[in-house]
Amino acid sequence: MSNYENVEMRAVYTQTLIELAEQNDRIVLLEADLMRATGTQPFMDKFPQRTFNVGVAEANMVGVAAGLSSTGKIPFANTFASFAARRTYDQFFISANYARLNVKLVGSDPGITALYNGGTHMPFEDLGLMRNIPGLTIFEPSDAVSLKKLVKQASEFYGCTYMRLNRRVSPVIYAEDADLQLGKGYVLRDGDDVAIFAIGAVMVNEALAAADVLGMQGISAAVIDMHTLKPLDKELVLSYAQKTKAIVTCENHQVINGLGSAIAEYLSEVQPTLMRRVGVMDEFGEVGDLDYLMKRFGMTAENITQQTLALLKQKEKELV
Amino acid sequence: MQSVDYPFLIEKARQIRKMTIESIGYLGVGHIGGAMSVVEVLTVLNYKHIHRDADDPNNPDRERLVLSKGHAGPTLYSILADQEFFPMDWLHTLNKGGTHLPSHCDRNLTPGIDMTTGSLGQGLSAAVGIALGNRLDGIDRPVYCLIGDGETNEGQNWEAAMSAAQFKLNKLIAFTDFNKIQLDGFMVDVMGIEDLGAKWESFGWFVQRIDGHDVKQIDEAILRAQQEQTRPSMIILDTIKGKGVDFAENRADNHNMKIDYQTALEVIGRI
Repeated sequence: MSNYENVEMRAVYTQTLIELAEQNDRIVLLEADLMRATGTQPFMDKFPQRTFNVGVAEANMVGVAAGLSSTGKIPFANTFASFAARRTYDQFFISANYARLNVKLVGSDPGITALYNGGTHMPFEDLGLMRNIPGLTIFEPSDAVSLKKLVKQASEFYGCTYMRLNRRVSPVIYAEDADLQLGKGYVLRDGDDVAIFAIGAVMVNEALAAADVLGMQGISAAVIDMHTLKPLDKELVLSYAQKTKAIVTCENHQVINGLGSAIAEYLSEVQPTLMRRVGVMDEFGEVGDLDYLMKRFGMTAENITQQTLALLKQKEKELV
Repeated sequence: MQSVDYPFLIEKARQIRKMTIESIGYLGVGHIGGAMSVVEVLTVLNYKHIHRDADDPNNPDRERLVLSKGHAGPTLYSILADQEFFPMDWLHTLNKGGTHLPSHCDRNLTPGIDMTTGSLGQGLSAAVGIALGNRLDGIDRPVYCLIGDGETNEGQNWEAAMSAAQFKLNKLIAFTDFNKIQLDGFMVDVMGIEDLGAKWESFGWFVQRIDGHDVKQIDEAILRAQQEQTRPSMIILDTIKGKGVDFAENRADNHNMKIDYQTALEVIGRI
């Protein structure tokens, strides 16, 4: 049993930052009055001088982070993903990215995991906005193990990153010695008939469940954790497009300009491939519990299974 | 070493004003108004209070300047060229494709530029971050930031103002170039900001208001700000937009204007 079973992702995030900060005194933390939500209080307890809470002022937080970065610090700036993307977009774009600084922006509660905070706090567009920033590294860990590994890697290279953080308990997917690399998708399960590319804790788990159901129907589905949205692991996408000739993408995000779009854009130029994109179909978010919201927006193993079966039917027709 | 007395700074400001209008005139268009109103403050800062080595412009142990009103870049470029951060002939490449001297300041393109600016309202936050970083590193030097008066309309300034006071950033010394004109016209007609001093005071800053074209007043205000022990400083500079470019001075439409090279040379003769 993993050490991370039943551990909140935010606790793992904070513990990871503390461990990194113990090794590297350049790491600093910024918050915008959401420390109780993002769970970083233990970092502040340990490093009060290296923690800056700017109050409810996300734009200033990102600007301050950029300034800190220009003095050589490695700032991790946290807020909800809805604010990280929409409210600080110009600051993150200009003061951090365009200025070629080194700001690690973290958006928690991505997509439907905003739950009871509802539509105002439910970002289905943050990945899309971030994708348009040149050179930005964008990733979303799917469990506590991948979170720990990817945060460490993000801290180790110079350049801005945007990470989506599902802060709650999520099933552990990876063994602690799994070889995860930012920028490289991870094949959780190999398969020949269809490849399911998923991103984030909610959808990677649903994709795995869908692959189980499909397996029972004799369909061999590969499942790939596409934790890094940008840069896209083109090599892996192309190899599975060639191998399976059918791709399903799953994201806790709009289907517009997220993982499905990124893969479709790439494949349309090099290997046009039949696809289905599972995600939010151009809608706003709304309030509810996770189970309700997953069903409401089709982020379920059941929907992934249905979409996959429909795709395979189409593939069969076209290949005849 | 040159002696940095007031006659020197007055003469230097005259020279920088001429160089700046010459470089804008060579291109034919530019942010004349706001570039001219900041000549004196940038001169006093860069020739007296900012000590950095043109051969080592990124040494962390230096005073830094965030020119938040990034469109005044051409004035700072004239100073940096005069201080030999880059060759003088770069001034004739202003805004031309592939230049090191873009309309708005870029820390990656121009030696001596500490922060990329241009999207108004963002520079003061960056200056807060620099002051915090310096404090962590034990660098006991001022961080200077110059914002525009129109820029003050941006809400992010007030977020930054709150945080600088909360963090007791006494090493942060900011200036407002209060030339009373924003892009669309006189500020009182577009979006007035008075009582500006009271606003900053109410945010917990040490505020001074002076004649922004008087190098002695500027210098003395900076010296007083450097003595402040707990509060960040705001020095409000009453200035004239377009100062020294006689045909443009105080015109409501002088934010960005055309000027042909011949006219620029004639203006230079009168500065």
